Amino acid sequence: MRNYYTTLRFAGLIILSGILMLGNACKSGKKGQEGKEVGIEDFLTEEDIFDDIDKAKKIFYSLPSPLETAMLLKSAGVSYNEEVLNDLANVEKYSTNKSKALNLGIYTTDLSFACLFDQAQTSLAYMDATKKLATEMGISDAIDEETMKRLEQNLNKRDVVMDIISETFLNSSSYLKENDQQDVAAMVLVGGWIEGLYIGTQMVGSQPIEGNKLVDRIAEQKLSFSIVERMLQDNIKNARGEENRDIVELINELHATKAAFEKIEVQTSSVKIDENDTADVAVLKSQTKINVTPEAFKELQAAVQSLRNNFVQ
Amino acid sequence: MKKFLPHILTLTLLLAINLTADAQCKGFAKKLCKLELTGYIHDGNYHAAILTEGEEAELYKTFYSGQNYRLAICGSETLSAIEFQVVDAYKNVLFDNRQHNMTETWDFMLESSQQLKIVVKVPVSAQKSEYPNSGCVAIMFGFQEN
Repeated sequence: MRNYYTTLRFAGLIILSGILMLGNACKSGKKGQEGKEVGIEDFLTEEDIFDDIDKAKKIFYSLPSPLETAMLLKSAGVSYNEEVLNDLANVEKYSTNKSKALNLGIYTTDLSFACLFDQAQTSLAYMDATKKLATEMGISDAIDEETMKRLEQNLNKRDVVMDIISETFLNSSSYLKENDQQDVAAMVLVGGWIEGLYIGTQMVGSQPIEGNKLVDRIAEQKLSFSIVERMLQDNIKNARGEENRDIVELINELHATKAAFEKIEVQTSSVKIDENDTADVAVLKSQTKINVTPEAFKELQAAVQSLRNNFVQ
Repeated sequence: MKKFLPHILTLTLLLAINLTADAQCKGFAKKLCKLELTGYIHDGNYHAAILTEGEEAELYKTFYSGQNYRLAICGSETLSAIEFQVVDAYKNVLFDNRQHNMTETWDFMLESSQQLKIVVKVPVSAQKSEYPNSGCVAIMFGFQEN
């Protein structure tokens, strides 16, 4: 067992060699033809956390999941409003891989939002919509009948419902990532994250910007936006090295949101940690300066609304 | 074509074994590593891969103020205890598990939202073997409802 994975790696090498040998055997006199190298476009030049990325390492980009997004909204003081959620009837409209992936993320955020506000029947209905989309995407194991039954039996136990949402999302994302569909997994995450941004910006409505905790929380999403960009750039080519049109299209669709975020300033100081503090939970001390004008916020509101409406159509 | 048939069958078999390794990595994250988040709600994200001794991985994530987080990093039994560091945008090392008995978890909260980098390394085993060992490494996050 100790060297099991080593054996598998070795087996992987044999597979690769075998495929290459077969490929060469099938070629006729095309020896020496060079593959075209296309570099990843740099989109950030300023000093930041991504500065010393080593492409040789395995890199993970993590966005707030639908459950975390819903939690962030709730802790910022958002109240429940079902009208902002994506209409359940829309689930029938999604026919492309891109629309299914984005809306799987969107419905999962809506489901998480309903769950956190103890909306039992709405949670069940949204779980049903996510199940339908996941099944259509070939991830039937993510939300099986057993999961639906467990959900129905525990609808009034928020902790259990949250655990079910977390597990089903883990099932979907692990299935996609382990079946060379990282691009689809990225679109699911982006859909869910944009839905959180949409709910947040809609809830602010025409409230004053200054001293508004929810506005600050939304502005801080600028930090996650740079991760969205990196994640999408990383998936611009699929496992076969072909350009992924859905991802390219999505990057273009995000331009207005990127432009709006650029007008919002978010500056963070370095983090200090008290080495002598023996508490179980370490406190990371730092400061964040946020500068958002009413005009910049309105622009972000409009960009996110347009983007999200385009996703759910 | 007939002469390739045994190769094709062998490749199919090996491919199936490789897919099993992936499935086991998923199972490892879900069934074993997730247990480290007890008391926290797993965010649902999946970050796991098969790494070999000496290999490193990095994860970038924004953490938000006011939330209590638990970071759990686990490696399968074929690997030595996994090393990890948490680093801020100014390259300050905020946590290094080598200074905390190689713990697999770290609980923290932030006064203000920050992008942080998690650097994970699979140490080279002291026991010599013909091939370097490989195994699953999972990075998981949990949070608490406020």
